[in-house]
Amino acid sequence: MKYETVIGLEIHAELATDTKIFCSCTTQFGGDENTHCCPICLGLPGVLPVLNKRVVEYAVRAGLATNCTISGFSKLDRKNYFYPDLPKAYQISQYDLPLCKEGYLEIKGGFGSKKIGITRIHIEEDAGKLLHETGDGTTLVDYNRCGVPLIEIVSEPDLRSAEEARLYAEKIKAILEYTQVSDCRMQEGSLRFDVNLSVRSKGSNKLGTRTEMKNLNSFRALVNAIENETKRQIEVMESGGRVVQETRKWDDVTGVNISLRSKEEAHDYRYFPEPDLVPVVLEEEFIDRIRKELPELPDIRTERYISEWGLPGYDAGVITASLPMAAFFEECVKEYGGDPKTVSNWVMGELMRMLNEKGIEAQQIPFPAGHLAGLLKLVDRGTVSSSAAKKVFTEMFETGEEPGKLVDSLGLVQISDEQALTGIIKKVMEANPQSVEDYRGGATKALAFLVGRTMRETKGKANPALVNKILKQLLEG
Amino acid sequence: MLHYMTAHELNAKIREREISAGEIVRSVADRIEKLEDRVGAYITITADRALEEALRVDDALARGGKLPPLAGIPTALKDNMCTENIRTTCGSGILHNFVPPYSARVYEKLVQAGCVLVGKTNMDEFAMGSSTENSSIKRTCNPWDSERVPGGSSGGSAAAVASGMAAFALGSDTGGSVRQPAALCGVVGMKPTYGRVSRYGLVAFASSLDQIGPFTRDVRDCALVLNHICGYDRYDSTSADVEVPDFMSGLERGIKGMRVGIPSEYFGKGIEEGVRERVTDAIGVLEGMGAVCDEVSLPHTDYALSAYYIISSAEASSNLARYDGIRYGYRAQDYSDLVDMFVKTRSEGFGEEVKRRIMLGTYALSSGYYDAYYKKAQKIRTLIKADFDRVFKDYDIIACPTSPTVAFRAGEKTDDPLQMYLSDVYTIPVNIAGLPALSVPCGFSQGLPVGLQFIGKPFAEHTLIRAAYAYERSTEFHKMHPQV
Repeated sequence: MKYETVIGLEIHAELATDTKIFCSCTTQFGGDENTHCCPICLGLPGVLPVLNKRVVEYAVRAGLATNCTISGFSKLDRKNYFYPDLPKAYQISQYDLPLCKEGYLEIKGGFGSKKIGITRIHIEEDAGKLLHETGDGTTLVDYNRCGVPLIEIVSEPDLRSAEEARLYAEKIKAILEYTQVSDCRMQEGSLRFDVNLSVRSKGSNKLGTRTEMKNLNSFRALVNAIENETKRQIEVMESGGRVVQETRKWDDVTGVNISLRSKEEAHDYRYFPEPDLVPVVLEEEFIDRIRKELPELPDIRTERYISEWGLPGYDAGVITASLPMAAFFEECVKEYGGDPKTVSNWVMGELMRMLNEKGIEAQQIPFPAGHLAGLLKLVDRGTVSSSAAKKVFTEMFETGEEPGKLVDSLGLVQISDEQALTGIIKKVMEANPQSVEDYRGGATKALAFLVGRTMRETKGKANPALVNKILKQLLEG
Repeated sequence: MLHYMTAHELNAKIREREISAGEIVRSVADRIEKLEDRVGAYITITADRALEEALRVDDALARGGKLPPLAGIPTALKDNMCTENIRTTCGSGILHNFVPPYSARVYEKLVQAGCVLVGKTNMDEFAMGSSTENSSIKRTCNPWDSERVPGGSSGGSAAAVASGMAAFALGSDTGGSVRQPAALCGVVGMKPTYGRVSRYGLVAFASSLDQIGPFTRDVRDCALVLNHICGYDRYDSTSADVEVPDFMSGLERGIKGMRVGIPSEYFGKGIEEGVRERVTDAIGVLEGMGAVCDEVSLPHTDYALSAYYIISSAEASSNLARYDGIRYGYRAQDYSDLVDMFVKTRSEGFGEEVKRRIMLGTYALSSGYYDAYYKKAQKIRTLIKADFDRVFKDYDIIACPTSPTVAFRAGEKTDDPLQMYLSDVYTIPVNIAGLPALSVPCGFSQGLPVGLQFIGKPFAEHTLIRAAYAYERSTEFHKMHPQV
């Protein structure tokens, strides 16, 4: 039997506001435990929340960038549950009247392009963090994250594979970065995914029973969790069992996916309108102003790279998927002044390879874009060969040094002195009489061998074009 | 009798240097020392601090400095308003040791106006009750009869003002908790319009109904205190950004031609004959001064009590969920795991009435019951508001009894919560509609005070004050004091 996976994603993103959602404490990551708190975010008796206007602005921006309808009237609600990291024992969130609804975005992949529906985007507050590793069996709580503003972006169950889910999540990340709604620092947990997943036989239009996996915080975890859970559900069905509606926990380290709680044990959150806050009423002018201030979004930028700079569609898509990457790329193109495609080749090749190898993201590239531009100029001028340039690049990644300095210190300046090269080539010819003879006898393949020998002799520093030219002159002359 | 002088009288005497602030505060401190054992108005007494502050006022005056408007006035606060570095218990075991690191906005405002805090007053736990018998700390007696309750939930504040243990006090009124004890103790009590006074720092019972209001010994003092506690506060999103008039001005304009609605539903089943008579007499007095009094109808009054207990309990179940023993307050001694700690802390820390309402509210908000209870109660709320709106198209104010009975005996209703709830049947609709209302003494029945309630349009506190002042001037009840 053929199966189809049906996936909906809930994405939590931390907003990039300076202060918290209901008080003026800083949202800065880190800081000593319980130092970014005040009576309000600690929920002391008698305090009241006041909604941060910026939070509304950022959420509306995210909504407009994902083609949502912005609600002129929305409200906040209390989601009630007991947990030590939640000081009021309720989270202020939005229940039936979210700020943004009915949006969509487009993803592109091997399957062509596809529209993914966005059910809603709402605002809410983050909770604190439990610290279990105290050594004496006690648990401590750090409330610094309490009240950090979040948006939750809920998709329609339109995704059909791990790849689609990843592309969708990457697109959301790109949009949030472009609009500066969130800095999306995944390693700090500022972008987290909840997966709702069910499997059904292909062709059926009835949804299967779904499970939920919460708090995945990398694209890799997202893909692995989806693939693992799909397989598990199919196995359950094939062995004659039934999938149970439940919350499961995906452990990215062990690759194990275990049941946390069933539907029967699910919380009753007893949502009701937050009486300490007034409804959020937005004027058309407010929404229009935010719409006008929206920056260029990733899709538009991709188009621009293709049409104006002649980049291949795939390359343009990859580079624009991350704002820091696109910014690095554009900066580099500007400083370089040459063909953007040359820059894109380096970014897609060497730069991506190094980022993957180091497991870091574009905002952590250890040198400015100007360094890469400088390196490309050195190649163009013939100061270094492209193969030597790769060595310089690797070293630049390690040290952050300027390419010019590295070329010197590594002794990689290209030999473009015809006289010097002629001397070396003559020696190579003397050492390889057979090849010389072969070439002269019509076996032109021998030329490549002699070029290779010359390069080896010069430790890769010879200008290959020049070597070719001189060799041909000497062999044919 | 210094301790029975009103704030405005004391104020004048301090300024004219007839009496020093020190003498005034000392007289109140002496009074507290003498009576507190019998009345039980206070949870925490801060008379020593108050004396120091009063001496500073006298110093400033001696040096010819400018005094703030309420300099040296001995003030009491209900123990659900946060006071920095002064214990704030809400009358609950779960907060018996809670010392807030910040102050309620009203307290800040009063301090700025020069008031000196003599103590934090007793109350029903988390303001849930009508007799102050639900306090986990102590019992408060009615100063007019120690066998009887002072009303509640702000019973300590009412008793303190009635017995000369503070010049004025603040209470909070969620369903009548200022007006009912004011009526039962024979003082003036007002609940301003919802949003008139900042709730910042008032420990929440039911957020959409709670409102802070003053207990005073006459109507002029009520206006004086309102002048200093009202106003928009950006730290309370539900506080109203409307202009605050000078409530002292126009006090004496009288009520000739004022149209007064008398709701027939407020004189029905359950009202004591003595209360009906005193209130009817009072309406006669109003007519005698030229007010036009007509019978009116508020047809949804019967549903108010049920709607109130659903809405207030629902909000309370959420507001009180934070008392989990993790960060402050009481924590159970022995527990096996996290959930056990939550359960034991809350089972041991809260009293019976609070637990009853948490369960009621939790049930009303539960999935599957929300529409039948909470949502329906909100619809009733709309209907009750509409009742008042209709009457206020033709009338300036409404006059009616504050409470159906005079002060009842301690223990009389503690085993019958529904009977206790009925004590607030005339005050609750006002909170549901968010309106201002005031209770003023209108005589005695069985030797115990009766309260006359005036209800006004939103933000028309000045009209209520004008009517109550005119009435008070034509009677002597506010000048009578209990023999404690």
